[in-house]
Amino acid sequence: MKLPLILASVLSVAVLAGCGKKAADSSSAVRIGLNVELTGELPAVGASSKNAVELHVAQINAAGGITIGGKKVPLELVIGDNGAKADQAAATAQRLLSQENVLVMVGPNASSCAIPASEIAESLKAPMISPWSTNPKTTVNAQTGKSKTYVLRGCFTDLFQAGVLAKFTLTDLKAKRAAVLFDVASEAPNGQANLYKETFEKLGGVISSFETYTTGDRDFSAQLTKIKASNPDVIFLPVYYSDVPLITQQARQLGITAQFVGSDAWSSPEIVKLGGAALESAYFCNHYSTEIATPAAKKFMADYEAKYGHAPDDVAALSYDSVGFMVKAIEAAGVADREAVRVALASIPSYEGVTGAMHFTPGSGDPVKSAVILQIKGGKFVWVANATP
Amino acid sequence: MEYFAQQAINAIQLGSIYALIALGYSLVYGVLSMMNFAHGDVFMVGAFACLLLVSIFPVPFIVALLAVMVITALLGVLIERVAYRPLRNAPKVSAIITALGCGLVIQNTTLSLSPYPRPMPRLFESVPFEFAGVTMNTLQLFIIGVSAGLMVALDFVIRKTDWGIALRATSCDRTTVPLMGVPVNRVISITFAVGGTLAGAAGVLYSQAYPVVGASMGALIGWKAFVAAVIGGIGNVRGAVLGGYILGAVEVATVVALPSTWRDLIAYSLLLVILIFKPHGLLGSPVQQKV
Repeated sequence: MKLPLILASVLSVAVLAGCGKKAADSSSAVRIGLNVELTGELPAVGASSKNAVELHVAQINAAGGITIGGKKVPLELVIGDNGAKADQAAATAQRLLSQENVLVMVGPNASSCAIPASEIAESLKAPMISPWSTNPKTTVNAQTGKSKTYVLRGCFTDLFQAGVLAKFTLTDLKAKRAAVLFDVASEAPNGQANLYKETFEKLGGVISSFETYTTGDRDFSAQLTKIKASNPDVIFLPVYYSDVPLITQQARQLGITAQFVGSDAWSSPEIVKLGGAALESAYFCNHYSTEIATPAAKKFMADYEAKYGHAPDDVAALSYDSVGFMVKAIEAAGVADREAVRVALASIPSYEGVTGAMHFTPGSGDPVKSAVILQIKGGKFVWVANATP
Repeated sequence: MEYFAQQAINAIQLGSIYALIALGYSLVYGVLSMMNFAHGDVFMVGAFACLLLVSIFPVPFIVALLAVMVITALLGVLIERVAYRPLRNAPKVSAIITALGCGLVIQNTTLSLSPYPRPMPRLFESVPFEFAGVTMNTLQLFIIGVSAGLMVALDFVIRKTDWGIALRATSCDRTTVPLMGVPVNRVISITFAVGGTLAGAAGVLYSQAYPVVGASMGALIGWKAFVAAVIGGIGNVRGAVLGGYILGAVEVATVVALPSTWRDLIAYSLLLVILIFKPHGLLGSPVQQKV
């Protein structure tokens, strides 16, 4: 008798407390959901994204909040961990959008998480922006080929990136033969590898070897031995920063001397810490470079470094911009309503973010924005070239 | 020709690591007829312990390897005492769940202490050299050599020493051997210590060959080694070694012969076929003496 009684009273207190809190929040603050990879395979991505979003929300709130219908309202951030797993990302999206009742959702970042989460956002008619997911399927319904209505991304797409990299390997690196090695079980790498192959061959290059592995693999010696035998000028590695160091080190151990080229999935500073000398002089495509920063970007970098003690990576910059863009849309809508925000998203002519200017064309969730090519030199990312759409 | 020789070296290196871990599964199964699913995570702890050790004390590689083997031996014994011994007479399914839970506890403890993958410093000077057109390095030879040495030593111990005889007796009939004066609890503790030692050695060697360590590194390789143990005939020590090398060879061979996209599909289908024809594994058999 005693235990159920205690349990019941504890529960009712909890429920009451919960009710009180929710009522107080919904009357005053605009709730923004953040769906990020805090645990799992990509913790550096999740941490960067969370840091940047928290920084931006704190800055907006320090300035009095956002303006809705002439009134200043504070922002409230609700953070959910998706564990870098597809199912958990969808569950977190469901929780944020229907239970926590956030107005809009920022994230997830990895394409394998952003694609399932986008289905939830689309079905609940809630605006979502993925800061870092480059796979076309995030904003486009794979079955119908039509653009999703409520889903945007804050970065360029894999199609654009693959084109930039294919052109760069052929004309700037003067490489005729390219080998590709990628994680077949992960959305973004898979898309990038196939689009790169297509574009590279269309432009007259030869794909000497097209090899895959599966998430979690640590031994790439069999694939690399095969690649070595195919005699490539460059090896394209569209894989996450956590796998790159192992692949490049094993390649050098096997006596492979070809140039490494990578995608934006490389851009965590962790890559240099883990990869060391094997990564020296490798090239990769990225969303922005600290060397060609605008004053607004410089301020962001300084603020970020002051708060967290290290420089922001591209996920941080894109997350910062994604929140900024969403806030601008909410302000333009003038009302905390999902449908009004969706309409406002497409109407913003140009948003000047820290990763450069971007805007959306009607009926598309992909922004029009440029890319940069970086090179790893002495453990640092050095700017090489700009690529515009 | 050189290409195939190169791939053969790759297969032997990979197989050595699988075999070392598979031995731990097989030993424990032989004695207790249970799957120690926390074994892959003991392997991971071995890699982390090595990283921690060398970042605090700059000890030579061999010292680090031996120290880690002691640490993981103790961890193996601890897991058995805390998680498995209280359930020894419980239903099999409970023991399996406890083992899985134990693995998750170890993995998530590590994850909370070190969420980021970390670089492993090179402790062993790996010198690449060419031999008959094949690129090899001294680390590869060391891994293959140490693994083979440990496995031969274990085989000797099981066949010739008192503990080995007690182990085989316990695996035959756990209820009768205590009546003959065999200290079953001690035999089981030693078994877990030996399993932990091998997993720790594998963790150190592996983290030298693939120098990034992370909390989830034991999960996939643990499963693969478990598969290797089953293929060889779980409970049979020589079978575990054979299974490890076969798994390594099959994985590499499918990449050589087919597009690598098909690797796991073909590799594991082939292993299923082996099990269809030899349901108890290659060297295992229900009547044959276990361990």
